Amino acid sequence: MDAPTDRIWPPGLTRIPYWVYTDPDVLTLEQKRLFEGPVWSFLCLENELADIGDYRTTFVGAMPIVVARAEDGELCAFENRCAHRGSLICLDDGGHVKDFQCVYHSWRYDLRGNLRSIAFARGVNGKGGMPTDFDMSCHGPRKLRVTTFCGMVFGTLSPDAPDFETWLGPVIIERVRRVLGNRRLEIIGRFTQALPNNWKLYFENVRDTYHASLLHLFFATFRITRLSSGGGVIVSETGEHHASATRQAMQGKDTNYQGMRSEKEEFRLVEPSVLSMHDEFHDDIQLQILSIFPGFILQQVHNALAIRQIVPRGVDATDLNWTYIGFSDDTPELRKHRLKQNNLVGPAGYVSMEDGAVGGFVQRGIAAADNELSVVEMGGSGAETQETRATEASVRGFWKAYRMHMGL
Amino acid sequence: MTNANTLFCLSALNTEYGTCIDSDRLEDWPGLFTEQCTYKITSADNHRRGYAAGVVYADSRAMLQDRVAALREANIYERQTYRHIVGMPALRPGDGILSETPFLVVRTMRDGRMDLFAAGVYLDRVREDGGKLRFAERIVVCDSSRFDTLLAIPL
Repeated sequence: MDAPTDRIWPPGLTRIPYWVYTDPDVLTLEQKRLFEGPVWSFLCLENELADIGDYRTTFVGAMPIVVARAEDGELCAFENRCAHRGSLICLDDGGHVKDFQCVYHSWRYDLRGNLRSIAFARGVNGKGGMPTDFDMSCHGPRKLRVTTFCGMVFGTLSPDAPDFETWLGPVIIERVRRVLGNRRLEIIGRFTQALPNNWKLYFENVRDTYHASLLHLFFATFRITRLSSGGGVIVSETGEHHASATRQAMQGKDTNYQGMRSEKEEFRLVEPSVLSMHDEFHDDIQLQILSIFPGFILQQVHNALAIRQIVPRGVDATDLNWTYIGFSDDTPELRKHRLKQNNLVGPAGYVSMEDGAVGGFVQRGIAAADNELSVVEMGGSGAETQETRATEASVRGFWKAYRMHMGL
Repeated sequence: MTNANTLFCLSALNTEYGTCIDSDRLEDWPGLFTEQCTYKITSADNHRRGYAAGVVYADSRAMLQDRVAALREANIYERQTYRHIVGMPALRPGDGILSETPFLVVRTMRDGRMDLFAAGVYLDRVREDGGKLRFAERIVVCDSSRFDTLLAIPL
């Protein structure tokens, strides 16, 4: 499929045409070129698949996926689609099995997704059955290449995807390790937030370091992050990945926000302990938001840690899968602190609930604006690493990578 | 207190709770809890798996007051209202007054759109405090782990 011919996209990274958020053809093309392209998608956590036969179901873009630990202990992933008539092979979110059997006609697969047997392959009473030359090894769901990193499982459908760590690059790797290190992950909660907007509007929002203290009054008022406190944004060379950091909040009166809606110096919490920080990362970074193209986010907001997975559900619908995490060596105090601090993030988060709605505001705002352009010019026109967050460099980085992959 | 009387008082408390939220008297909502309390919104799946984190998690009335203050002063969300439909409480065995009550919440947005926003059960531990019943613990176990857009107003 080719890009729609009446669609115009000016060169450069500072203008985004609104049809990219509304056109169903774009969504179809994204599945082929991005999600099934030479990128790695987050699948699940390694500790969800501790034993042979453990499996989880997940998504790569729109494609349903099964991830399983095979007989030899290796992690495998394949499309959750029976080779026969296309039914889902697994219906549950996860579990433990000996093998997989499609419910529709009982075609059976091993833990790697290889087709192993066909019900009534030889027919019944010498009648019916599959042709004798039917080769089961030529039929099966599409398989993914799988890798693990810091307790997370990633997969790719493309033979052209570079090695995972090469693709991430040393700077992003170091930023992931900073949070997850070699510690044993533990899931402490799992929720889905249904967003009323195109998936890209959410991914842009994550990479938009400019909006945080303007849209999220909670941040600014309590000085969790202000653009005038230290920090910056790292954008990988291709633009694909990013990591933004907010360093120690500044002390004293800050006049940078005077007159803005988010300026309310008098607002204070009755129970401020929710904002304190246990020093578990041994540096001055209070917040780090990291994204891996095209749909993974690792969040560290003080001690509230989460992995967010973006799943497109249509041009104007996106599922955001939140996995709240801790570590198995958390002290009871730190664990309790994480539970309290999770109030900051998630669908009801003091600082993130707006992100659930703002994409919908854009989606509704652009309902008749297919031929109009959005402006992404804060901090210049490039997509390079910058020592400020008053920039949209990381958003431009996303579009740089997007246009490269999509050929648009 | 007889069981019938307890159930009546719990129903009255639940009605007060729902009315307080649905009529936008959020400032009165923290007062329905004891000073040290647990309020958590989770889902049946998380609850079953023993995952401790909630979408909302508070361990004191002060945290509930802060949530109301944040909703009033800080958070941006479209005008919306809830309608709580709360069933009859059932007493659960154990120390103190433990109960389980089914609920439905319909959300009405400013443009008139109405959705069945949440369904689930309240798992409560209630005790007498200053002459009235208050929640020492209210775990809101939603049947679904999926939340539409955002969850601003408490359930």
